[in-house]
Amino acid sequence: MTKNQTAQTRREFLKRCLQIVPAAALVPLSAQAFAAEGYDPTQHDYGMGIDVHKCIGCGLCVQACKIENQVPQQPFYFRTWIERYTIPVEGEILVDSPNGGSQGFPPNPLDPKEVMRTYFVPKLCNHCAKPPCVQVCPVGATFVSRDGVVLMDPDYCIGCRYCIQACPYGARFMNPVTRATDKCNFCYHRITKGLLPACVEVCPTQARIFGELTQRPNPLARFRRVNKIQVLKPALNTEPKVFYANLDGEVR
Amino acid sequence: MEKLFALLNLALQNITGYIYPNEVELHWNILIVIYPYITGLVAGAFILASLERVFNVKEVQPTYRLSLLTAFAFLIVAPLPLQAHLTRPERGIHIFLTPHLQSAMAMFGFVYLWYLMAVLLLEIWFDYRESIIHWSRSETGVKKIIYKILSLGTSDVSDKSIALDRKIGKFITVIGIPSAFLLHGYVGFIFGSVKANPWWSSVLMPIVFLFSAIVSGIAMVLLIYMVSNFLRGRKNDMPCLDKLGSYLLYMMLIDFSLEALDFIQRLYEAEESIKILSQMVRSKLFISLVVAQVIIGTVIPILSLALVKMIRSAEKFRRAVYFIAAILVQIGIFSIRWNVVIGGQLFSKSFRGLTVYKVELFGIEGLLTAIGLLVLPFVILFILVKLLPPWSDRKAVVNS
Repeated sequence: MTKNQTAQTRREFLKRCLQIVPAAALVPLSAQAFAAEGYDPTQHDYGMGIDVHKCIGCGLCVQACKIENQVPQQPFYFRTWIERYTIPVEGEILVDSPNGGSQGFPPNPLDPKEVMRTYFVPKLCNHCAKPPCVQVCPVGATFVSRDGVVLMDPDYCIGCRYCIQACPYGARFMNPVTRATDKCNFCYHRITKGLLPACVEVCPTQARIFGELTQRPNPLARFRRVNKIQVLKPALNTEPKVFYANLDGEVR
Repeated sequence: MEKLFALLNLALQNITGYIYPNEVELHWNILIVIYPYITGLVAGAFILASLERVFNVKEVQPTYRLSLLTAFAFLIVAPLPLQAHLTRPERGIHIFLTPHLQSAMAMFGFVYLWYLMAVLLLEIWFDYRESIIHWSRSETGVKKIIYKILSLGTSDVSDKSIALDRKIGKFITVIGIPSAFLLHGYVGFIFGSVKANPWWSSVLMPIVFLFSAIVSGIAMVLLIYMVSNFLRGRKNDMPCLDKLGSYLLYMMLIDFSLEALDFIQRLYEAEESIKILSQMVRSKLFISLVVAQVIIGTVIPILSLALVKMIRSAEKFRRAVYFIAAILVQIGIFSIRWNVVIGGQLFSKSFRGLTVYKVELFGIEGLLTAIGLLVLPFVILFILVKLLPPWSDRKAVVNS
């Protein structure tokens, strides 16, 4: 690099700094920081639909999520996972989720004759309209963006883990790499570009439907119109925005 | 990180039933157990001090200053376990700079500062002002300089100004009582307001925390008073000990009744979570709850304190009972904190399984750090006592 070039890059660098600093001071912490350029969060209101009947427990969504969002591969960290419910003719209900269901599921340990019903339930952050995790965060590192997505700023999180305690769904974990709490953000970097979340994109049976809650027409609006909808733990009044069709009462 | 994964793998193998996969890691560990324990001691010691000041319980006067210093020593240490437990301790200051006002935890900084600055420091200063001025005159060398600084430039020891000190001191104590209630009631609220967790979520939680705080504070000051008298070769003031013993008993009865009420209510209502919670109490928490908290930490001290109150007994015997009861109470209160904090994380929020918690020995969140943080207040108290002797015999010498 010549002396001139160095001077030029240095000048450019300082110029950029001068542009960035006041801009950063003016723009408050918001979803904008995580969104694609030109994206207008006020025009969206996201949610997800999950059809329990359609899930085959293949685990592709879990794998795709881990790759897309650099979630550590160890079996203690999941932005999304799949649970298998086995309801026997007699006795206790069995629930399992080996490695979050990412590699599919082993054959059911029960004799098929003993099984009344069995099904898979994909789980993820419910992006609650009244999120307890956001309420308890002492520094506002987690917040609801204007498009309804519950976001997490790993660069602001202090790691007190109160949000993990407050989430009734076990949707949050401590990312050992960033040392900040982590959770599903509907693949915010993708949806703000008009793409689908990775889990929805790869689902071979379209068990996951992504869309808007208020704008019509869109796949989620149709999903909510044609199905009987339930949410998880409704008694806690968190108002989840992940809607389940054909959900069994045993699912917690 | 490899060590963490090895620990989590071990935990994964010891899970019973089904837990959400993200629940394998238990997040609030032994440091968060000692946080409410220490804060409770602060609130309890202060409320004991206020007995003499506001409620005119003259018998406990020998422990008045000692209670204040104890509260202060523990209060200095109270935020350290919280800070040490953060995964990003360097960002801890955000709680003060950009607090999220809806968060109970964000309020900690303000409640803490209020209590430290507006209540404890002021009360201690006004109570000690006269003595500090005397010491700044009688001592020499470095100590003289320290007392000069501590006197904050005041030198008036006229009867009028001392009467004013007393008045202000009393006023601060009156403010201090609700503040102490706020400090520890608020710690209970941090747990009691988590609706996702049926083991924590209870309106009684702040009140139970408060009374257990008072119990632990009285017992701790009683222990420190007896041990320091032993070390100084002084006699224990028996009416004071008897009074402390009585208050300890009354507070324990209230505390125990509240906890029993909470327990019975849960059992009777038998909500969705009752099955997993009773499974937890019968297995993982049996030693720490049934044995340590209820039998060793509550029933035995209550019975023995009631016994010495009802039957006339020798001083020596009473002293032994008070001493042992106070130690058992500390074990019991520590177990309460453990059962709340750790117990609340041992069961899955799917209510279908239990996980395990193994205390690490080393590391920032390990057992040694916890022990260090529990010893530290006593070191601070030792220095404080050297600097600001709380003994009434010493005070008498100064005044004479």
